[in-house]
Amino acid sequence: MKLPSLRDVATEARLLLIGIPVFLWTMIPIYHMFLFAISPKEDAFSGKLWPDHPTLHNFEIVFKQQHYFLRDFYVQFWNSTLIAVSVGVLTLFIATAAAFSISRLKVPGGRAVLNLALFTYFIPAAFLAVPMYRTMGNYGLLNNHWSLILAMVTIASPYAIWVLKQASDKLPVELDEAAVMDGATTLQIFRLVYLPLMMPSLVAIGTYAVLLAWNEYLYAFLLLSNDREITLPVALGNFLAADDSPWELLMTTGFIYALPPAAVYYAFRRYMVGGLTAGAVKS
Amino acid sequence: MAITLSGDQAIPGPPLSSRLTPAQVWGIILLAPYLLVFLAFVVYPVCYGLWLARAPSNYVALYNDPIFARAAINTLIFLVIGINVKMLIALFLSGFFAQQRTWIRWLSVIFILPWAVPSIPTILSVRFMLNPEWGMINHFIFSFTGDDGPNWLNDPTVALTMAIAVHIWKSLPFWTLILITGRLAISHDLFEAAEVDGASWWQKFRYITWPSMQTLYVTCTLLSMIWTLGDFNSVYLLTGGGPADLTHVLATLGIRYLRLDQLSLAMASIVCAMPFVLPLVYFMMKRLSR
Repeated sequence: MKLPSLRDVATEARLLLIGIPVFLWTMIPIYHMFLFAISPKEDAFSGKLWPDHPTLHNFEIVFKQQHYFLRDFYVQFWNSTLIAVSVGVLTLFIATAAAFSISRLKVPGGRAVLNLALFTYFIPAAFLAVPMYRTMGNYGLLNNHWSLILAMVTIASPYAIWVLKQASDKLPVELDEAAVMDGATTLQIFRLVYLPLMMPSLVAIGTYAVLLAWNEYLYAFLLLSNDREITLPVALGNFLAADDSPWELLMTTGFIYALPPAAVYYAFRRYMVGGLTAGAVKS
Repeated sequence: MAITLSGDQAIPGPPLSSRLTPAQVWGIILLAPYLLVFLAFVVYPVCYGLWLARAPSNYVALYNDPIFARAAINTLIFLVIGINVKMLIALFLSGFFAQQRTWIRWLSVIFILPWAVPSIPTILSVRFMLNPEWGMINHFIFSFTGDDGPNWLNDPTVALTMAIAVHIWKSLPFWTLILITGRLAISHDLFEAAEVDGASWWQKFRYITWPSMQTLYVTCTLLSMIWTLGDFNSVYLLTGGGPADLTHVLATLGIRYLRLDQLSLAMASIVCAMPFVLPLVYFMMKRLSR
């Protein structure tokens, strides 16, 4: 075995000099949240790096809904789940149909629709939210889960269509032609040829839409207000209404809320990063 | 529907219905759900919003509202300083993460966390860290110096800086990731040739990395500016616009008017942001169409 040269050591030291601050910068807010979740109130407020008496008591309070701010925890968790899954399913349905239509059926004007769709992302989110709020009021959907579901589908779809179109452009045309020769109708091609081949992309896009909806705060905060209708992030924001907010419980609930998306993200990391960055480099 | 068919009308031929093949009819049917969503939740709100903002009295009211002027300046600072600092760090870190080391690969997995977890709990976590009495940061300052730390979120300049820091914390991983892919796409032979010629790291960056990443970098910066204009969470959840409404940006100000039931004022403030948005969108379109 060769001893590392002085030059190698210097390079490694320089890299560590970047790596350690990056690690601390990334982890401190997350660790702080975790620290609060496992600390009794006195320890949390004393600025210790590790509590004297680490405890899971905060989780117990959350799961038993034993606090004024937490009385609808399960309902809100369920709302978040239901809305995220609905957004995922609806986005998949709308975007797959649109991508099939644009990419495989070459519908006239399809390209233009895709460009218009992507234009949605040139409207800053908070700016679209204001007229969207009023529009939902006009449609009579305020305080209804559908308002948030439809708003999130609107935001998730353009990217979903774009990615699915890229993916389906790569499928060979001969497949469709062969199916037509065998007398398959358009819908049969869609169901029996297209969908199975697109499965990996569909999983990635479904995950993307679910995460987007689960993480959304602004639209949820605007469109839903009833305590039993709101999603978890809105409930977390509502903790701030009181001066003596139970921060250790807020952080515990926040930790529980942040776990599923982090887990899903890491489980699907390969797909997510691949899909995102492939598009980025193209532009 | 008009949009889907418009491409067809250029072709001369028999009436429309008989010219469409069954596949094209299905194409229109399958595209219809998205078109409906787009018309109902993008086109209609945007047009309706612009219509609400038509009265000149709204703009007089905005002009007379000191919070608006402050918010416009804050937004400009957020975009010009915040985004450029973020993109420079992202460019620098993309070089760091492109190094082939096992521990750097592990670090890159952790580094994605801020982007992967929802922003509410983490921003609130930072908010408590900055609490002057109970927050961890002032506890540390006290135990090292014996002095009380600053009242972080009570000073508008510091509070806005912290909001920018939170924004950077949240979105840095995303942009770094994209710049890493851009960097990895550069042919490795170029660097090897430069190595043989004895080029310094700066020369390698200046003559190889930068020329091939320039376009991507500028595109990312423009896109990040557009998206940051709509960043409500970083400011609202950290400072709530305070102290004394001095840290609002246009995104939070619009929502503030909305919550005060002044919808036309909210829309007018957004229309006033168009001088920020439209040039960005224009440059973006020019780049993408090239």
